[in-house]
Amino acid sequence: MRVEAKQEVEGTNKVMTGADLLIESLVAEGVDTIFGYPGGAVLPIYDAIYRSEAPFEHVLFRHEQGSIHAAEGYARVTGKPGVVLATSGPGATNLITGIADAMMDSLPLVVFTGQVARGVIGTDAFQESDILGITTPITKYNYQVKQIDDLPRIISEAFHIATTGRPGPVVVDIPKDISADLTTGDFDNHFDLPGYQPTEKPNPLQIVKLAEALGRAKRPVILAGAGVLFADAAEELKEFAERYDLPVATTLLGLGSYPGTGSQALGMAGMHGTYAANMAIYESDLLINIGARFDDRLTGNLEHFAIHAKVAHIDIDPAEIGKNIKTDIPVVADAKEALLALLSADITQPDITAWNEKIASNQQAFPLWYERSDQLLSPQWLLEQIYKETSGKAIVTTDVGQHQMWAAQFYAFDKPNRWVTSGGLGTMGFGFPAAVGAQLACPDDTVVAVVGDGGFQMTFQELAVVRERNLSVKVLIVNNEALGMVKQWQGSFYEGRYSESLFGFNPDFVKLADSFGVRGMQITKEADLPAALAEAFAYDGPVVIDCRVVKQTAVYPMIAPGKGIHEMIGVTK
Amino acid sequence: MKRIITATVQNRGGVLNRITGMLHKRQFNIDSISVGSSEIEGISKMTFVVEVSDRQKLEQLTKQLNKQIDVIKVSDITEKAIVARELALIKVGSSSQSRSEIQGIIQPFRASIIDVSRDSLAIQVTGKPDKVDALITLLRPYGIKELTRTGVTAFLRGQQPQVSEMNAFTV
Repeated sequence: MRVEAKQEVEGTNKVMTGADLLIESLVAEGVDTIFGYPGGAVLPIYDAIYRSEAPFEHVLFRHEQGSIHAAEGYARVTGKPGVVLATSGPGATNLITGIADAMMDSLPLVVFTGQVARGVIGTDAFQESDILGITTPITKYNYQVKQIDDLPRIISEAFHIATTGRPGPVVVDIPKDISADLTTGDFDNHFDLPGYQPTEKPNPLQIVKLAEALGRAKRPVILAGAGVLFADAAEELKEFAERYDLPVATTLLGLGSYPGTGSQALGMAGMHGTYAANMAIYESDLLINIGARFDDRLTGNLEHFAIHAKVAHIDIDPAEIGKNIKTDIPVVADAKEALLALLSADITQPDITAWNEKIASNQQAFPLWYERSDQLLSPQWLLEQIYKETSGKAIVTTDVGQHQMWAAQFYAFDKPNRWVTSGGLGTMGFGFPAAVGAQLACPDDTVVAVVGDGGFQMTFQELAVVRERNLSVKVLIVNNEALGMVKQWQGSFYEGRYSESLFGFNPDFVKLADSFGVRGMQITKEADLPAALAEAFAYDGPVVIDCRVVKQTAVYPMIAPGKGIHEMIGVTK
Repeated sequence: MKRIITATVQNRGGVLNRITGMLHKRQFNIDSISVGSSEIEGISKMTFVVEVSDRQKLEQLTKQLNKQIDVIKVSDITEKAIVARELALIKVGSSSQSRSEIQGIIQPFRASIIDVSRDSLAIQVTGKPDKVDALITLLRPYGIKELTRTGVTAFLRGQQPQVSEMNAFTV
């Protein structure tokens, strides 16, 4: 397959540096924001940025990890690739967590790293690291530029690979002498990738099989994952589910692919999913997975997962089909293409009234629940208040852990691409910088970073960026003075031996915010919250809200490790 | 079960590392791997002999190989009519007395002596892995000083039988 780049790189007769060429290529790709941090090996690139009048912005973070999580947040809410720039050696290795995170959650990133000059690669030169070797297992693809004339082609390929098929991170490693070299060459950015041709259109035979299975089904359920979001197929999913009255469970990363308050919504399935969603999957006779990868946090013990069901799996990545779950109807396709095919297929309305009644009664009898406390804030109630205060319209980002699960449970996302969380890798410190990236992408939207007191201490240095640019990010610290999820597991499975999960000291987050020139608040009583939230969300600028929550609260319901999806604990009070 | 899998790949930097890294990360056991140029410039051919526990694992293996951007085509040729060969170089201890005896052993294998010194012989043998194994077993009593094997390389025979009368690949 020969792919024409969107725009030819201009300036074939100009004398320019490799760095200038990089900038021109980025402009040709339509890049508007670069998330970066300078250093020795990228000095020529930073000089080109300084000299350039190109219409994009470079945002200087305070740690490379912050810049890449911000790029992930940007990619998640826009669907466009996040572009990251860092220097060689430590600059590049500081990106590793973000690259691995983007790989697990299929986020399109194009990551440029500086490298020492070609002549000294392999000599353990100052700030040299084998970033290709390090990132090979955690990238969709990676490159080291060996010739300056290859640069436009490699950049075109990198953007193509990152954003098509199943998206993912691509690293482009650029030796310093290449970005510094002058060239007048004739540049060709056409490329040929014979081994990379994602299948987007579904096989019509499999669609017919799926249509027939659906017509005969008595207990069908849809499981919607992030593939629906990447394919921009939320509308098609809604139409399909509502036309046939099919219940829809979503994965953690698929929240928002079907409206959280929609008529067919079962909420999140999996380890901390709703009873109705998990039981629907357990009892179903036809499970239609659209763009989810049957992750272990979703399935629980595989021996009990959807055991009565015929499994249909729509995924653009063929390697996901049959990886964890035996699949009866494999559909390798883009979710939107598959849903469009299903919408135009001839399907008999299945007789599922009894099934839907059963599901409704499960929803009625076993809703998500929590206990209120008269001391400190109940964390789930806190999330409900955020939902109310933002009318359910905010972009919400999180780290990993208890606060993440409460946000997933109690903030219903009606629109796609408003939920930014670290799912597969489960990265602490992700939420706040991701919120910065989301806010840069959507300056007019309300962005709330729901973080733990642990995670926030991993990346709070980016408060400098929100101050510098007066970004209106609202940071909500769900503060229980502990690593809540670790503590919860130690309580449940290690007889309460809270090994290193309780913080003996936390900073004063209000003073911390203040030191960055950011507004800080502390809330310890539920009665004070509504007014404080109203004030914080009305304020045009960043706010850190330190919410002191009840320390012993655990996330329920739960599928304990090794248990089946039907063996939930904590379903009721 | 042992399977023999071939892959045509774009000969780009790091491609071998990418593929072996993936096999390692996903816990596939490789018995042997051989790589070399193919009939097309810029395209290399890889031959893997792998040990997989079941069909599902095998399917994952071929899918994961196919998923690699540099991999153009993957074929499991185990059950096809194939030509599969490997080459081994074996250095055995020998005195002037044992030399002719060794010569007698290797002759039916169509192996050849490619280097002679006062106290050793270097033998080259080509064939299916079980043939190579058999020769090694026979030479062991003479004292194997050094042994190196290329791993299997293979492709389909020019003509494939109409009816399936194929033998599973055995090593």
